[in-house]
Amino acid sequence: MAEALLMKADGADAAARDLLKTLLASGKVRGVMTLVETGPAGEVNYELVADAAALEKATPLYPLMPANAGGLLSRLTVLEGFEEPVAAFLRPCELRAFVELGKLHQVDAENILLISATCGGVYPLRASLNGGLADALPAYWEALANGDGAEGLRPTCSACEHFVPFGADLVLAAVGSGAAGRLAVVASTPRGEEALEGLEGAAGEAEMETAGVKSLREKRGAARAELFEKEPLATPGLEGLVAFFGRCVGCRSCRSVCPICCCEICYFDSATTEPTPRTFDVHLKRKEGTRVPPDTLLFHLGRLTHMSVSCVGCGMCADACPVYIPVATLFAKVGAGTQTLFEYVPGKDPAEEVPLQRFEEDELVEVGEERFDS
Amino acid sequence: MNEEFRPDILGIFCRWCSYSAADLAGVSRLKMPPTTKVVRVMCSSRADPVFALGALLSGADGVLVAGCAPGDCHYKTGNYQTRRRYALVEKIFDTLGLDNRRVKLVWIPASEGPKVKRVITAMTESLREAGPNPARAEMFI
Repeated sequence: MAEALLMKADGADAAARDLLKTLLASGKVRGVMTLVETGPAGEVNYELVADAAALEKATPLYPLMPANAGGLLSRLTVLEGFEEPVAAFLRPCELRAFVELGKLHQVDAENILLISATCGGVYPLRASLNGGLADALPAYWEALANGDGAEGLRPTCSACEHFVPFGADLVLAAVGSGAAGRLAVVASTPRGEEALEGLEGAAGEAEMETAGVKSLREKRGAARAELFEKEPLATPGLEGLVAFFGRCVGCRSCRSVCPICCCEICYFDSATTEPTPRTFDVHLKRKEGTRVPPDTLLFHLGRLTHMSVSCVGCGMCADACPVYIPVATLFAKVGAGTQTLFEYVPGKDPAEEVPLQRFEEDELVEVGEERFDS
Repeated sequence: MNEEFRPDILGIFCRWCSYSAADLAGVSRLKMPPTTKVVRVMCSSRADPVFALGALLSGADGVLVAGCAPGDCHYKTGNYQTRRRYALVEKIFDTLGLDNRRVKLVWIPASEGPKVKRVITAMTESLREAGPNPARAEMFI
């Protein structure tokens, strides 16, 4: 049991909004970053709001992710931190991305009160076109309150096992809150406890691990097993990769929305990889022909070697793909493999370095041995 | 096994140990298959896996990365970083069903000219078995 604020509200989203309003009104934070409804047909965007009245349209738990907020928060604070305290409402995977970016020296977390919630997942952005989510929303909120997984979510959401946030200052116990009748905001850090101090509402104790969380974890685990046990490619190997990325138009949106891909200049945008007449010359000497422009697969495979250990599986890449390549599923699967290799959970522990920035002297001894028989 | 097939191997050798060993192998007139074209780098950790992937996708049959033995890195820790990266590549190849015979990392100390011969011969043999890189026949890459 942890110290908690017990809120009475009409559903988890309203409770989250009330919490942000109370925090802003109390003067404990100067601003709030959260999802805000910006259009009549369920359009939502992240906004940094400084006025409690403007939070009327805030909808922190709206099941869409227009951008990974961890990445957004990094862009806001990469040069310097906020001067005054700001609260940010992030989903668990956004928070994990934020923590990863911290390890890569891309954020200043000083003065940020991190608020998260146990997460019911989000729908693909496409599902929200022309108000398409309106019909699904009531069922979504109900599934969230009951701890059932909603249907039609992003594939990586349906198979997400980290829907209970790591290391947020405050966590709203949204999943499975229906049975409890009251919504609990649990303080998980001293900063969170400080934020709750003196706020209106019955102070009490609560547990994040509700029955709903347990039942959802079971469902997600089963979905994950089903999704991840399937081979990532229809045909393993190069042939399968070519088929998978065959319709890639090379827009690199997957990378630009990826919270982990934070390099100022990506290797694949550098002059090194710019095709020159010589590139084609080399290709044509060795091969029957080549794609123009070349190196589609190199881009995707290269990105896997650069960021898969830190992939939080948020699913932004697949949502941003204009030709509907399920990039996120492939990257999450490869990421699961590489993360297991280094026994690493991205975004779990801010003190743990990214695997490719550290090493143990006595590990992986078989790599580098003469093994040519396999 | 196709005896006619001569694989093309890109070697990325560290300047301090492996390249010196290759030099020694040459000076000692050790005979080995003429399959490996060596690029010298200051440290095996310079060999970003993207270089290996790039070579493979442009049609090389294999990539051989060689560095100082663990503990002997001229820069103290470079080869430990290399080891993590190539363990990662191996894992990615496993997941995607790519042929792990085509990318190898080995440690070759400066004094071990014969090991250069042994490693290049073994890799050549294993790539003969693997056959030509399918990327050569694949236009969309």
